[in-house]
Amino acid sequence: MKILMIILQLILFIAAAPFLSGLIAKIKNNIRLRQGPSIFQPYYNLAKLFSKGEVVSQTASWIFWVAPFVLISSTLAAAVLIPVLILASPMHQMGDFLALVFIFSLGRFFLALAALDTGSSFGGMGSSREMFISSLVEPALCLVVFSISLQFNSTDISAFSGMHALSVSCIVSAIALFLITIAETSRVPVDNQETHLELTMVHEAMILEYSGRSLAIIEMAAYIKQMILFFLIAQIIFPIAALETVEPAQTIFWLLWYLARIIIIAISVALVEVSVAKMRLFRVADFLGFAFVLGIIAVVCAILGV
Amino acid sequence: MEKINFNLLFDPLSLFFLGVIFIVCLPSAIYSIGYLKGEYSRAKIALAWILLLIFVLSMGLVVVVSNVLVFLVFWEIMSLVSYFLVVFDDKNEKSIQAGLIYIVMTHIGTAFLIAAFMIMYKSANSFDFLSIKNACQLMDGQTKNIVFLLLLVGFGTKAGIVPLHIWLPAAHPQAPSHISSIMSGVMIKTAIYGIIRFVIFILGVHSAWWGILVLILAVISCLVGVVYALMEHDLKRLLAYHSVENIGIILLGVGLAMFFLSLNMPYLSIFSLIAGLYHLVNHAIFKGLLFLCAGSVYKATGTRDMEKLGGLIKKMPQTALFFLIGAMAISALPPLNGFVSEWLTLQAFFLGAIKVSGAAKLFLAVCAAMLALTSGLAAACFVKAFGITFLAQPRSSFALNAKEVGFSMRLGMFILSTLTVVFGLAAVFVVRLLAKVCGCATGIDLNGMSFSLNNFILNPQPGTSAYLSPLMLTLTLVVLGGAGFVLYRIFNRKATIYNTWDCGYYKLGGRNEYTATAFSKPFRIAFSFFLLPYRKTQKIRESFYHVKSFAYETHTTPIFKKYIYDPTLDWVFKSAKFMRKIQPGSIHLYISYIFVALLLLIVFMQRF
Repeated sequence: MKILMIILQLILFIAAAPFLSGLIAKIKNNIRLRQGPSIFQPYYNLAKLFSKGEVVSQTASWIFWVAPFVLISSTLAAAVLIPVLILASPMHQMGDFLALVFIFSLGRFFLALAALDTGSSFGGMGSSREMFISSLVEPALCLVVFSISLQFNSTDISAFSGMHALSVSCIVSAIALFLITIAETSRVPVDNQETHLELTMVHEAMILEYSGRSLAIIEMAAYIKQMILFFLIAQIIFPIAALETVEPAQTIFWLLWYLARIIIIAISVALVEVSVAKMRLFRVADFLGFAFVLGIIAVVCAILGV
Repeated sequence: MEKINFNLLFDPLSLFFLGVIFIVCLPSAIYSIGYLKGEYSRAKIALAWILLLIFVLSMGLVVVVSNVLVFLVFWEIMSLVSYFLVVFDDKNEKSIQAGLIYIVMTHIGTAFLIAAFMIMYKSANSFDFLSIKNACQLMDGQTKNIVFLLLLVGFGTKAGIVPLHIWLPAAHPQAPSHISSIMSGVMIKTAIYGIIRFVIFILGVHSAWWGILVLILAVISCLVGVVYALMEHDLKRLLAYHSVENIGIILLGVGLAMFFLSLNMPYLSIFSLIAGLYHLVNHAIFKGLLFLCAGSVYKATGTRDMEKLGGLIKKMPQTALFFLIGAMAISALPPLNGFVSEWLTLQAFFLGAIKVSGAAKLFLAVCAAMLALTSGLAAACFVKAFGITFLAQPRSSFALNAKEVGFSMRLGMFILSTLTVVFGLAAVFVVRLLAKVCGCATGIDLNGMSFSLNNFILNPQPGTSAYLSPLMLTLTLVVLGGAGFVLYRIFNRKATIYNTWDCGYYKLGGRNEYTATAFSKPFRIAFSFFLLPYRKTQKIRESFYHVKSFAYETHTTPIFKKYIYDPTLDWVFKSAKFMRKIQPGSIHLYISYIFVALLLLIVFMQRF
């Protein structure tokens, strides 16, 4: 049963994660009065990449080869760590909310090394910027974890997975987590997924030398990470009780609301992306400083019990 | 005058530190067989072995003696022998300079220790640990505060907490690498032993601000250490700055324990101290390992400057792997040991934040956030250190002609990297062992305290379901990564090996690569308020129209040296110059001084 749950959850993430990116791209295009590619374009891209051969730099060492696997395995490990379908996560004995932060950094570490491995300046640039942004994300993320955990008296992710009263602290930490998500999923105003301009790209610069299946794996990991973060925000700001009844009408309503929550987050990300301009890299420190301050406010609210 | 006893004390706390010393010194000694060969003459090698032996022995004795005087004697032997090891390359001007800073700083620290011990002796009339401990129960609060501050400065100098760290990044890199490994891995930990033994065990934590003061100093050490490390291109200096950072993380655990002890929270104090000591042993292992790897790089290439290295992963694959393991551990990446201890420290902060009230909650949360920032910056720093040193193409002929180091060196590194993995996976067993050590240090009864669910799952918050199982995490990572790899193989397409994309120009070389300076630029700018970077670009022209080349220079301002140490030194030299006036070299004058002093003494004795 437990194994089944784990596999089901993995399949859910792998199957649904690219859709969110397709959706965000579609919304962005429609707002800009363009038709844009289909919502399922990420799936087509993955299929295309998987069927292609790849070109690997002759400078690259084994780090370049293993990085995609470390990235995908750490991201999937994070995916089974959070409770999605039932109240307790299937692997909640593996780690808690704090461990999740560290698990994400494992994949990032290897990707940043792989970027340096090919000896291209773009890779180095991306690697340096990515580590810069992620190291500034860390304290804000830590405060978000603290403020949430303080309210539920435990750092277990399952502790806040059920229906819970919506407090001020929850809302503020959800906003902070939203800003963090924008930085972590390389969205405007921190990074831009759509451009390959050397002055601005961060994540794209890191993976510039990847192609074929390795690139597909990295893209997949990015989609899954994005879905995990969206899911966490949704869980904090739109609490939902676990599925207990078997009545069909109720189940359908539950499912719809369940998906709608994540889609609401995706839509807000798209709206943010079209409405702000990309920041200079050094302004990102201010952006994440704001997330940090929000984190402190969330902790203060949690202490005051509001 | 009492008789001095030379009894040794083998309680769990001492045994733990003996264990740490053994764990690091043995592989380092094995490593030194290969490292010293060819580097020094035979006489020097013999000298290095003798000094190493005395050094290890004195460190071992420091942690087991049970008498303050004897403690000081071995403490001093340890400092002096390590000074000789720092200046071991006596032809090198830098070594002499570093040794001088080291010996001055360490003696300033010892002076504070002596002062603290004198006050302790005065109240106990004995040099014995246990009788001092008993006497300290009756000591009044004010005296305790003074003793605590003296001990903190004394041991803090040895541990290298900011702003007393100035000697550490100078001295550690200059010693031969196996000695750097022991100094950074173990010697600075004897200062932590001193703090635990004398402040927590003997003196007893008296008020909450002790813990808070240690926490604040620890946070500052963490951040300052890691930010300076990011700016460093000398591989061994970079590691030395990380020692400052990691001492900070260890002191976070110790400071928390002191804070909770003063609030009378036994479970939390034990747990925080476990976190601190866990990080202590972890840091001993991975920092020892990293210094050995850096030594191998130095031995193979003849330089420690990262900007001249690169591509070593192909020339020295095993050293590269060992360095990667150490780098992952120090960056707190799961499932290695650094991750477990940083997780435990964060948990200690969190548990504390639940239990304490009011503003203290926020204080603990902010400290935890600073720890998170530190680990993020450390990860960035080690992406730089590993990426620039080992990956891509060689940047100079130093790196081009490197060869893998000899067997004994690899064996030393292998032992330590295995321990890095073992101490990550066997977290529950380590925590149980450390609980006993902490029970001994704090005198708290461990009955009914459990930090784990079973042999594989840590559970620091009894009653809730916040778990961590490094073993399970590893298995999950391996299974998922393996599944990904199998899928990858099934859809097997041929990979073409080709040049890195070079924008259509000529083939890329080492000079096109990103450098360590460039890598750390975003950090240099973001932390410019603290680093005060200075840069100079200059066009070197052949004529007005043709620029032949560019000169680019960038520095950061060492603010502690510039604003604290240099003015102090200035003052010392100025007053010395002033004092010289009364020393003109005339023997008649000197005799008159003696006569005057004698008269004054007689008056003094008669009067008082």
